[in-house]
Amino acid sequence: MNAANERLHPGQVGWLLFALALVTLPHVERLPWWVTLLAVTLLIWRIYITWHALHMPPKWLLFVIAGGTIGGIYLHYGRLLGRDSGVTLLVVMLALKLLEMAALRDAMVLVFLCYFLVITNFLYSQTIPTALYLLLVVWVITATLIGFQFRQQQPGFRYQFRSAGMLLLQSVPLMLVLFVLFPRVSGPLWGMPQDALSGTTGLSDEMSPGSVSKLLTSDAVALRATFRSEVPRANQLYWRGPVMWDFDGYTWTASRLGNQLQREVQRSGNPIEYTVTVEPHSRRWLFALDLPARAPAPARLTGDFQILSPAPVSRRTRYDMVSHANWRDNAELQSFEKQRALALPARSNPRSAALAERMRKGVADDRAYAAAVLAMFSNQNFYYTTTPPLLGTNPVDEFLFSTKAGFCEHYASAFAVLMRAGGVPARVVTGYQGGEVNYVGAYLTVRQADAHAWTEVWFTNEGWVRVDPTAAVSPNRVESGIAAAAPQSESLPRQVRGEYEWLQRARMTWDSATNSWNQLVLEYTQERQFQLMERAGIDNATWQKLATIMFMLATAVTLVIGLIMLYRVRAQRPDPLVHAYNRFCAKLARHGVTRHPSEGPVAFSRRAGATRPDLRDLIETISAFYVQLRYGSSASATGAKELMAKVNAFPSA
Amino acid sequence: MLRPLGAPYRKVRGYFERWLFQLHGAQSGSIVLVQRRIFILPSRYGIMYIIALMLMLTGSINYNLSLGFVLTFLLGALGVNSILHTFRNLARLKISPGRVEPVFCGEHAHFTLVFDNPGTLVRYSVGLTRDGKHEIYIDVAANQSATARVAIPAERRGVLRPGRVTVFTRFPLGLCYAWAYADLDIRCTVYPRIEVATPPLPVPEAHHGNGIAHGSGQEDFAGLRSYSPGDSPRHIAWKAAARGQGLMTKQFSGRADTELWLDWLATPAALGTEARLSRLTRWVIDAHAASISFGLRIPGIALQPAPGDAQRERCLEALAMFDAGRTP
Repeated sequence: MNAANERLHPGQVGWLLFALALVTLPHVERLPWWVTLLAVTLLIWRIYITWHALHMPPKWLLFVIAGGTIGGIYLHYGRLLGRDSGVTLLVVMLALKLLEMAALRDAMVLVFLCYFLVITNFLYSQTIPTALYLLLVVWVITATLIGFQFRQQQPGFRYQFRSAGMLLLQSVPLMLVLFVLFPRVSGPLWGMPQDALSGTTGLSDEMSPGSVSKLLTSDAVALRATFRSEVPRANQLYWRGPVMWDFDGYTWTASRLGNQLQREVQRSGNPIEYTVTVEPHSRRWLFALDLPARAPAPARLTGDFQILSPAPVSRRTRYDMVSHANWRDNAELQSFEKQRALALPARSNPRSAALAERMRKGVADDRAYAAAVLAMFSNQNFYYTTTPPLLGTNPVDEFLFSTKAGFCEHYASAFAVLMRAGGVPARVVTGYQGGEVNYVGAYLTVRQADAHAWTEVWFTNEGWVRVDPTAAVSPNRVESGIAAAAPQSESLPRQVRGEYEWLQRARMTWDSATNSWNQLVLEYTQERQFQLMERAGIDNATWQKLATIMFMLATAVTLVIGLIMLYRVRAQRPDPLVHAYNRFCAKLARHGVTRHPSEGPVAFSRRAGATRPDLRDLIETISAFYVQLRYGSSASATGAKELMAKVNAFPSA
Repeated sequence: MLRPLGAPYRKVRGYFERWLFQLHGAQSGSIVLVQRRIFILPSRYGIMYIIALMLMLTGSINYNLSLGFVLTFLLGALGVNSILHTFRNLARLKISPGRVEPVFCGEHAHFTLVFDNPGTLVRYSVGLTRDGKHEIYIDVAANQSATARVAIPAERRGVLRPGRVTVFTRFPLGLCYAWAYADLDIRCTVYPRIEVATPPLPVPEAHHGNGIAHGSGQEDFAGLRSYSPGDSPRHIAWKAAARGQGLMTKQFSGRADTELWLDWLATPAALGTEARLSRLTRWVIDAHAASISFGLRIPGIALQPAPGDAQRERCLEALAMFDAGRTP
């Protein structure tokens, strides 16, 4: 019978179901609940059929289920070809195929689909645990595939796991060659489905009360930075993100184009050199410390010192940066800029406007006015909280005169509004403040929970100056980070709060491993490939050169593995006794006595003894021992070893 | 139109295949599957696998999935590795011809091939096929041998040879198909078809008076004589042998000393050669079953009457090899 039509054993079906369940498991949290229910039902149905050796359900029934499910998926996601809907569709089709699978041919198709389903998991997560889990799944799938190839005996699951493991281990060297040298193309080749990056958190181009504090609950990493020299002090770690000019009374908005004007800035002090790896956040900002000296290509630096990447940051991106902690912005403020930096919507927050006018009249200049406002924040009972009360249509008025409790965005917004109302140009800057130094990997981790908002005001003769009103209320926020600033009773992610030392150390080790994984494996791009080539002494690396080296190395690796493997099919080594005796004869030959093919060991020993009387005793002892072991009745397990020892002790020529 | 082009093409292709696959006709002795004899190509599943990997590679590039690359390359390397493993599953196997029992025309001839595995590796799922449709599989344990029986319908009287047998394997992943051609010099003698109808045995020729008068039935024990090769084992005096008297054959009275000649000329010429041979075959079997001493006369050959298994085989062989064209 032809192998492809062969029916499956219940054992083989079991393997396949197991592999399929393992590969689908990580998707379960993302699938609609009814799809999971359907898949589990189909799986149990298939087990029932196998267990009782029943017939498969009719084709029409499967078509009805398939049609219904496709309809359901379309209704749920609003499309069929996205990332989530595509994966859901694949899971459903696999589960349905189970009920159509009778012959080996179908099972093989399912195995390939299983491999394919493994890769879809990487669309959602590429962390170390995911990689390890899916490696295990690949092992199970391969063992399943091996189980399908036995035609006579089924040697059992141990053999299947062992040979699958061997096959995969032997594949690792070639995989490494291909991974390192396969010429990378920067994707995407075509448009990514719109939902490919959904679910990423991060700053937005708007700031309204509550928009920054909602990030507090996220322990997701925003960026990691490695400094060339020492990590700057915490109160200098202002990671500049979107700069907001426009206020509608409730929400601050960043302009989409960014300010095109280039400003002359006088920078002083030592430049801070560092490398940033920013996590994908689907927006265009690249974060840098105040004040970035330049933008990494192909991004550009705007007039208000935002770094804008040409496309939304859809993948982990690494760039080198230089910043200056001390700077002086000498340029004049253009009239349209001034107009924009002073604009306030009419009739919104009227009490704040009145307060501003009153306060401005009481002081001599803009600087004194700013200081007075900050003093107000710190002297009156303003209160810093991660869970601010909800605010209505005039949020600044409510905040300043009634609630007096807020998070950084409340202070930044209120301060900027008071400045503008008092005739001082001001803008809001959002980004991250602080970060956690990882002692294990010597880098800084900045999380979403470190999100922060502050202001910049424009003073005549001084230019734009950073003023962080939160620091006036809660100096700890800026000096020691959010965990120190937030009251103990308020909930923060565990990563942000301090904890036991050993736990902290374990967490830092883990984060450091994640960082290395990200840098070495996940961010291995064409650029890094060429850098590696250069370090290996190959200049002007092109993809053709890479491909050539890859083919040469791949061939060499395959050859070596092939030779090692084929060693096992060679005929076995001769009897160890014969082997030892042959060695003895070879030694004697070098002494000038060569054994004739027809000569027996006794006759040879006699002749050799006669030719070399000096060695006669030794020759006779060894020969007699060999004859006794090989032809005598007393078989000894250690005899061969003893003989070999004697032969080795025999003097060489 | 195609013919003038087709013929040289087929000829060139024939040369090419003979060179590539080393088709030199039947080989006597055993065959060791050395590297030059084993061929390997991706199987149908292998091609599906390659297509799946291509899709995975495209996906990895498009979505910048580093682990997608890792997986694709790992599976790609696994595919390459499976070429080596599949090749190894056949490498250095020794195939020797085994015993073949003669069969009657219309039956299946069973050719036995002995597979010797010299290495320390079990060879699972080694397949054999003659026509690509019917496949049989064997496992060959490490340092051991296994036998595979290939059944071939014996459709013509004479000598049957299995011809070229394909030894193949898809183990361990089913992604590659490795094969070797084994054209061993094995012959199976195909006796003529046994006539279905049972014509009565011809009347024996009596040599010493009336043979029939000697009584009927082989049950009448008449004495022992020394064993001669070809005597039926059923007639050996095992008790005597156990007593250490050597092999003796029991002799029975009855028709034992009548001489039955199975003669070509006793069959009607109207039947045609094959049918006449079939009838003689039937007679040989019946006469042997009745423990009668019988002889065979066909054109060109006369086998003197004798009883026993050896005589049966001699006669059947002569009938199998009878060449009508060679008759004088």
